[in-house]
Amino acid sequence: MATVAEPNKNLKTGLKYLLLVLVALVFLFPMVFMVVSSLKPDLQLLRDTSSIAAFLPVGDISLDNYFAAFRRAPIGLFVFNSVFVTGLTVIGSLFLCSLAGFAFAFLEFRGKNLVLSIVIATLIVPFETIAVPMLMVVNTLPFVGPNGLQWGWLNTYHVQIVPFLADALTIFLFVQYFRDLPKELIEAARLDGATWFQVYAMVIMPIAGPVIATAAILKFLAMYNQYLWPLMVTQSEQFRPVMVGLQYFFQLNTAWGEVMAYLSLITLPVLAFYLFLQRAFIASIASTGIKG
Amino acid sequence: MDTMTPKTAKSLQNHPTAGWLMMAPAIILLTLFLIGPFLLAFGFSFTNQRLISPNPTQIVGLRNFEQMLGVGVLTLEPERDNSGAVVRDDEGRPEYPRVRTFTRNNPDYPHLEGMREWFGWSWGDNQVVVLARDLVFMKALTNTLMFVAVVAPVQAGLALLLALMINQKLRGINIFRTVYFMPVVVSIVVVSLLWRFIYDGRNGLLNNLLSFISFGQFRPVDWLGEPSTALWAILAMSVWQGVGFHMVIWLSGLQTIPVALYEAADIEGATPWQKFRFVTWPGLRNTAVLILVVITMQAFSLFAQVDVMTQGGPLDSTQSLVFQAVQRGYEQQNIAGGSAISVLLFLLVLAISITQRYLTRERN
Repeated sequence: MATVAEPNKNLKTGLKYLLLVLVALVFLFPMVFMVVSSLKPDLQLLRDTSSIAAFLPVGDISLDNYFAAFRRAPIGLFVFNSVFVTGLTVIGSLFLCSLAGFAFAFLEFRGKNLVLSIVIATLIVPFETIAVPMLMVVNTLPFVGPNGLQWGWLNTYHVQIVPFLADALTIFLFVQYFRDLPKELIEAARLDGATWFQVYAMVIMPIAGPVIATAAILKFLAMYNQYLWPLMVTQSEQFRPVMVGLQYFFQLNTAWGEVMAYLSLITLPVLAFYLFLQRAFIASIASTGIKG
Repeated sequence: MDTMTPKTAKSLQNHPTAGWLMMAPAIILLTLFLIGPFLLAFGFSFTNQRLISPNPTQIVGLRNFEQMLGVGVLTLEPERDNSGAVVRDDEGRPEYPRVRTFTRNNPDYPHLEGMREWFGWSWGDNQVVVLARDLVFMKALTNTLMFVAVVAPVQAGLALLLALMINQKLRGINIFRTVYFMPVVVSIVVVSLLWRFIYDGRNGLLNNLLSFISFGQFRPVDWLGEPSTALWAILAMSVWQGVGFHMVIWLSGLQTIPVALYEAADIEGATPWQKFRFVTWPGLRNTAVLILVVITMQAFSLFAQVDVMTQGGPLDSTQSLVFQAVQRGYEQQNIAGGSAISVLLFLLVLAISITQRYLTRERN
């Protein structure tokens, strides 16, 4: 066999791995620093940044920062709020956007193409630029809840949920997926006398697993990581999500160990979720690009 | 009128009532919470609306835009003494009249009233000064354009390199794909806070690293505190956070290229570069267009990084359009001013996406 080429090839493979590992370190080091620092007392944390110890769990290691963080802020409440708001928004948007996507993909009606192109055009408006006018809108809206009719949506859960139930990207993902499904499926069900809603619920949605996963993951990331909007609309602690909770850790004397503990607490579950479902996560991003 | 010909497929699906009903919930919400606020912003940009104001709102036409976009050019001639010779300072440079003598209460230059010096250059003995009415806006505009112009090619290019690395057939390659993508799922707010430690001027991780690899020769830099480095620091971090996202899109493009093409290239003895140039790259054209459009749009909405890391400073060197829109509209309660920036940003993004579409359509 090619005895001369073998060591050469091994060296080449070794170099490839070396490069891959170095790049991996570039992507990993801030997160490693975050978790490691969350275990150290403040003084040591700041001192360790001058050496490799910044990335190693050495010295006075404990969970004290976590206990202190829980004492400083109602973290349980913030996590509940984030999970509640994110969960309801994801479920609601999957339903409403798939329904709209179904209409756009399978039904013919006057004005459809115009509406669809307006929906897609809204993709180019960055949310932050309409946040203030939106604040004025929600401030004047009525809402019927357990306390009867109320005006103004500030400091509630629904102000964090309802505005994000419909979004162009999710609708677009469903339209794209539905268009590739065979039309015969629908015609057969219609000839059997199914209503359009029955076709949607019993024929199409059961085979829409991949696009549901994609849309759910993208929506989950966008909602959980939201920052400006909850900051604007939740003045009272009761409704704040985790990103707004960060403020509690930046007061006069910032305790960096506690900050790192809090950042780890709100980030590690998402990272764990990602590692667990990483194939689906990556497939979901890839699918936004398949059609161009 | 439609005749009742049994065109099965078409007529089966022609159901306006069902269509509108199924679409309605999402469209109503989109109208109320996206199109509505956008139109409001559009309307406010022609008024002097404030969040809370004792005075009624008035329509002011294009004044907000004139205020933001107003620029003037002033050519300063050097001061001359009685004999007509140029007055020079101790180092031999000509002396010029102060800019503020033209921009404050000067009846001969009403169009420059209230403007501030933006930048300037020498023109022979004369000094040309460009003035802006709204200096902070101009900095936000130029910073954002610079940010987009650098981030779009750099991030797209790095993402492609990473995708090519990940597309190799090596054992365990998926682990690296997972790691490279990881920052994408982390909140940009969290990432920005972490990177403040990296960029810190005294004990920052970056300074310590550079000092270590240069054997102590490197002088520490306050990356976020220097006007000359702050925007670049934010830019590098943004690329770090976002590049995995676009790597995955490139990767899905790479995997649509038929393996047979590479095999054919191998048979003809093509070099790795030739394979990239004549097989890979042509197969990626659509992906490239999409990635460029997506990165451009994401880069234009630069906000959280600035808000968490620098608040636009130092010396307005990291102002961005979206950050200013929020600053004015929310922090300063100047809704009209914030809305006018939003409208300009929208027009800018629209113009660029139309141009990108046009350019890419020409080639096909």
